[in-house]
Amino acid sequence: MTAPTHHLTDEWLLDYASGAATEPVALMVATHLSFCPLCRANAARLEQIGGTLLETIPPVAVDRNAWDRVAARLDEPAPDAPPVRIGIPGVPAPLAAYLPRGLDAAPWAKVGFGAARAALPCVEHRGFKSSLLRIGAGRGFPHHGHRGEEMLLVLQGSFDDETGHYGVGDVAVYDEAVTHRPVAGPERDCICLVVTNAPIRMTGIFTRLLNPFLRS
Amino acid sequence: MWQFSRYRTGGRTAPRLRAIPNAGARGCDDRVSDPAFAQAAALVVALRAVATSHDRSAFAQLFAHFAPRVKAYLMRLGTAAGEAEDIMQDVMLTIWRRADSYDPAQAGVSTWVFTIARNRRIDILRRERRPTLDASDPALQPEAPVQADQAAQAQEWEERLGTALEELPPEQGEMVRMAYYEDRSHSDIAQRLNIPLGTVKSRLRLAIARLRLRFEEP
Ligand SMILES: [Zn+2]
Repeated sequence: MTAPTHHLTDEWLLDYASGAATEPVALMVATHLSFCPLCRANAARLEQIGGTLLETIPPVAVDRNAWDRVAARLDEPAPDAPPVRIGIPGVPAPLAAYLPRGLDAAPWAKVGFGAARAALPCVEHRGFKSSLLRIGAGRGFPHHGHRGEEMLLVLQGSFDDETGHYGVGDVAVYDEAVTHRPVAGPERDCICLVVTNAPIRMTGIFTRLLNPFLRS
Repeated sequence: MWQFSRYRTGGRTAPRLRAIPNAGARGCDDRVSDPAFAQAAALVVALRAVATSHDRSAFAQLFAHFAPRVKAYLMRLGTAAGEAEDIMQDVMLTIWRRADSYDPAQAGVSTWVFTIARNRRIDILRRERRPTLDASDPALQPEAPVQADQAAQAQEWEERLGTALEELPPEQGEMVRMAYYEDRSHSDIAQRLNIPLGTVKSRLRLAIARLRLRFEEP
């Protein structure tokens, strides 16, 4: 597998490294990091900023008995180390916690045009939700715009649109300014992790009628 | 995006450190005469001692250094003093128990402690899952093999970064500190400072670009 060519923005990496990222954003970032050595290195540098700030922060007095309380617990048996989380085929480890039975077993619901969506049990934050989108091999999803921000991460297959070609691990970011028509590559169904804070907006004359049904 | 691959290969020293006259005998690296570097190196030694021989006095040294900082970090993020104290003690215990998972080639001790404190805080205070990359996931595409001199470099990066942060224009430095210490989204920061969201984003971007330049300079 080749390394991704479309990467996370510095802002999302920064939110992840600083701990400010909410669950849907952290899921997107951690999943991309699983595919991408370059962004892993960048995230590590941003964590280093956190370490450096820890050195420069004015220290605060700890409780008088803090050391005694901690020292008294040093001989306690350590709780079992958290198990190494291992991905399942096609699903990197951070996402596997949400899809224990794999991509095919997700709660898929057809949305027309050979496409389907599946919600992920992710806490919603500031309107940001996580879901999966599947577009049939070689099929196109109708031309549409966005009412807010939308981020896609390709988990399987590939798609092309007006902004480029996206393969496994690649991230695509859209906002109100972008309208596009994603077309899945012919090799297999394209499945993406989606984080969005607003429903899409159909731009074609016919598909505009469907807008009320696309609020998932 | 950042490109650190160049940086990984050299054994360069920050100009500030090079300017210090070589005080070490037997041609020692002049970095040992720098107090910040010596301290960072001492933290690595202490953590190794905890990992290899459960050395309590080494741990006491780490406790003295990090406990007041971790507590300060938690309080800056809005945690009340009592709860910050409890989480800090929990973080210190995690340092004791997981010392053997620290890899000096990957990060300085402070960075490792920062990530532990950051994660504990999210786990305890937020009622949600915390998707994170597990570096031990065998499915990860490997990065370039770790160089032998990277351990010293991880410390050096941290130190350079400290200087670079101090030298940021005040409004950019403030933005970076808020991003790490106030658990705010960029739009919250914009609201609080009463400046447009675009300004927050561009200041952060500028700050990161400046820090990146400091990494790349010879
Ligand atoms: Zn990337």
